[in-house]
Amino acid sequence: MAELDEFRAQTRQWLKANAPEAITGLALTEGGGNWGGRRATFEPPEMKPWLERMAERGWTAPTWPREYGGGGLSAAEAKVLQQELARLRLPLPLTGFGLTMIGPTLLHFGNEEQKREHIPKICRGEIRWCQGYSEPNAGSDLASLQTRADRDGDDFVINGSKVWTSYADLSDWIFALVRSDPKAKKQEGITFLLIDMDSPGVSVSPIGLISGKSPFCETRFDDVRVPVRNAVGAIHGGWTVAKALLGFERNMIAEVFGGQARGGGQGRGSVLAELAREYLGDAGGALGDPVLRDEIARCELDERAFHLTVQRARDAAKAGHQPGPESSLFKVYATELNKRRTELMVRIAGPHGLGWQGAGFADDEIGRTRGWLRARGNSIEGGTSEIQLNIIAKRVLGLPD
Amino acid sequence: MQLVLTEDQELLAKTAADFAAEHSPVSRVRALRDADDADGFSRKLWRQMAELGWVGIPFPEEFGGADMGLSGLSVVLEALGRTLAPEPFLSTVLLGGQALLLGGSEGQKSEWLPKLVEGERLLTLAYQERRSRYDLRCVATRAERDGSGWRLRGEKIQVLDGTCADGIVVVARTSGEERAADGITLFALRRDAPGLRLERQHRVDSRNTALVFLDGVAVGAEDVVGAEGRGGDLLERVVDRATVGICAEMLGSMSEAFERTLGYLKQREQFGVPIGSFQALKHRAAQQFIEIELCRSAVMAAARAVDDGVEDAARLVSLAKARCSDAAILVADESIQMHGGIGMTDEHEIGFYLKRARVAELTFGDAAYHRDRWARLGGY
Ligand SMILES: Cc1cc2nc3c(=O)[nH]c(=O)nc-3n(C[C@H](O)[C@H](O)[C@H](O)COP(=O)(O)OP(=O)(O)OC[C@H]3O[C@@H](n4cnc5c(N)ncnc54)[C@H](O)[C@@H]3O)c2cc1C
Repeated sequence: MAELDEFRAQTRQWLKANAPEAITGLALTEGGGNWGGRRATFEPPEMKPWLERMAERGWTAPTWPREYGGGGLSAAEAKVLQQELARLRLPLPLTGFGLTMIGPTLLHFGNEEQKREHIPKICRGEIRWCQGYSEPNAGSDLASLQTRADRDGDDFVINGSKVWTSYADLSDWIFALVRSDPKAKKQEGITFLLIDMDSPGVSVSPIGLISGKSPFCETRFDDVRVPVRNAVGAIHGGWTVAKALLGFERNMIAEVFGGQARGGGQGRGSVLAELAREYLGDAGGALGDPVLRDEIARCELDERAFHLTVQRARDAAKAGHQPGPESSLFKVYATELNKRRTELMVRIAGPHGLGWQGAGFADDEIGRTRGWLRARGNSIEGGTSEIQLNIIAKRVLGLPD
Repeated sequence: MQLVLTEDQELLAKTAADFAAEHSPVSRVRALRDADDADGFSRKLWRQMAELGWVGIPFPEEFGGADMGLSGLSVVLEALGRTLAPEPFLSTVLLGGQALLLGGSEGQKSEWLPKLVEGERLLTLAYQERRSRYDLRCVATRAERDGSGWRLRGEKIQVLDGTCADGIVVVARTSGEERAADGITLFALRRDAPGLRLERQHRVDSRNTALVFLDGVAVGAEDVVGAEGRGGDLLERVVDRATVGICAEMLGSMSEAFERTLGYLKQREQFGVPIGSFQALKHRAAQQFIEIELCRSAVMAAARAVDDGVEDAARLVSLAKARCSDAAILVADESIQMHGGIGMTDEHEIGFYLKRARVAELTFGDAAYHRDRWARLGGY
């Protein structure tokens, strides 16, 4: 305990000394923050030295091993770091699929050479990654994917297309699932491959989303040559790696939306209620619209119950228990909750929640409206809610196929 | 606040589960109902529970208790909730017992609590009235000045285990209008007090509840529990504790109803396959699983918050009751539906779970009431 207190004091001191003034209190919206990569832009520019200083300490990836550029912190120390960042209102220096998805996967399944090549670059934010899983005909039934990988000496030759590739237009490398053995059973002929997007034959075209500005792309591969040594895990054995990565992805999504909703109902301040007071007014201390008031309370109760469940899972893990069944609900519950919450914010604003752009609408009104539209995808990306319920029914409840 | 069971609590949970399985199958509830048992529970089992130390769990050691708080009691109530055991924890330990523990004089405490903990005395709390619904401050029963004391006049409804309680804590008004926040006073009565009359009521869950008629019952200053005129706050704290208790019971009953239904989904075949292979049922089962898990977190948090006396304890109690009320009904209704025709028969036990779920849902406030309270306590 005393060691942790000392770590806290040192961390606080270091953060105060090294965080640029301009980034304090910066609210990072979804998709905002620093995603790194060769084409990284820093907004405000002070985010750049902030990233560099944090990366130097390994604190972009606090719990990863120091030898690959991580911070080597224990879970308890990482929590302290997180608390101190929040206390000083400092944004995370780096975010993205490198840190949340491919990094943890490589630490688990990558060989030494792959870890040495990729992990330090992820920690320093030098390379931005995207995810090439889904295809036009392979979504929920991911294992039916058809992008081909034909062996030619020390290379695979890749042909096919991936779709819904978030941020492919801004990414440097893609981790992709390809069919390396068309004759095997569908789960057994898949290889998990790391592909440099600068390779000849890779092309990317954006797809518009219902919420406007699109991070969404179609990614085509035409005779793209990729060294066989870029396979993670066994050749034809990529499905195991793919599923593990989906686990990391779902945790991340639950974390993001569970975390975003934080504050709701905790302590006295209620974000939803404050918003509602602005639009609905007050009737003797209670919000002006009793029906919306009830929905706000319901939403807050659900948020609080969800956070308590996340806490319960963590407390059980800390006490040395095996992970219980409760973690299987995180992805589906957190995303459905975020959908309800964003919708509620639009309904609270009433006619003011209808703005797309321009005159008569405040920026934050438009932001909330677009956020509501974007949130419709939460229960689709990373495995749909229906698929999550299938998984619970089968794995947790043991219901038959 | 740690949302994980301590070793002591784990042990308690296991002992209680074994006990419930051995001594308290649901068939016992049916037998009590069919015999129209006057008590509605087993005094023999109650004494055994007291010997195991469960009755004294939330009481300090000076009264013979174990001082393990609501978080300790919750694991026992959850286990007993699994088999719908009707023994008088709510009335005696949580309502009457906590009223005396939190508000009683030294004399009242030493008169009642040690015997209560031993399982020798039963207590209850008479607070609900015909017009009060869930509003604890809506009290028409009057305490009229009479010399240095008062005379109680009024009627209380659905007083838990009323006909067998040795003592009743009665909520009455020493001043103010029916819905005034102030002016509420609690009095401790003995069951043989002149002017006190009880009549057994029969609800769908067939547990013991009673109408209480107060026809000029004489009480003195020594019978006041807490401070005269300021009983409203005390009552709210007592009912909050009882609410945590009923939530723990509901958690146990909904878990059991769900597991029984899950078993049926795997065993019952139609169209040549187990009905649990149909996705329409699978997804609904998964939704129920989620709701139950969230209830578990909320109940654990509420019990610990009350034990630790944290600032937003009342809000966490409302969180737990709002969620348990909705989830208990969801699970009970779905359980009947997924059992098909057999679920509608009195012969099958699943119906007992629905009946108790409905009673528990509407005890100490339903989900809408607790959402309103959550909002109110949150300042909106
Ligand atoms: C915002 C967003 C970002 C994304 N980013 C990426 C990315 O970066 N990389 C990437 O590879 N992919 C990405 N995706 C793709 C995402 O993983 C897929 O959209 C998702 O897996 C669903 O596949 P699909 O779109 O083909 O829908 P389908 O699988 O065709 O599903 C259509 C509907 O049918 C239902 N359904 C399908 N199968 C079943 C079943 N067995 N039981 C019950 N219902 C079923 C689904 O739940 C859904 O409601 C993203 C998607 C979105 C919305």
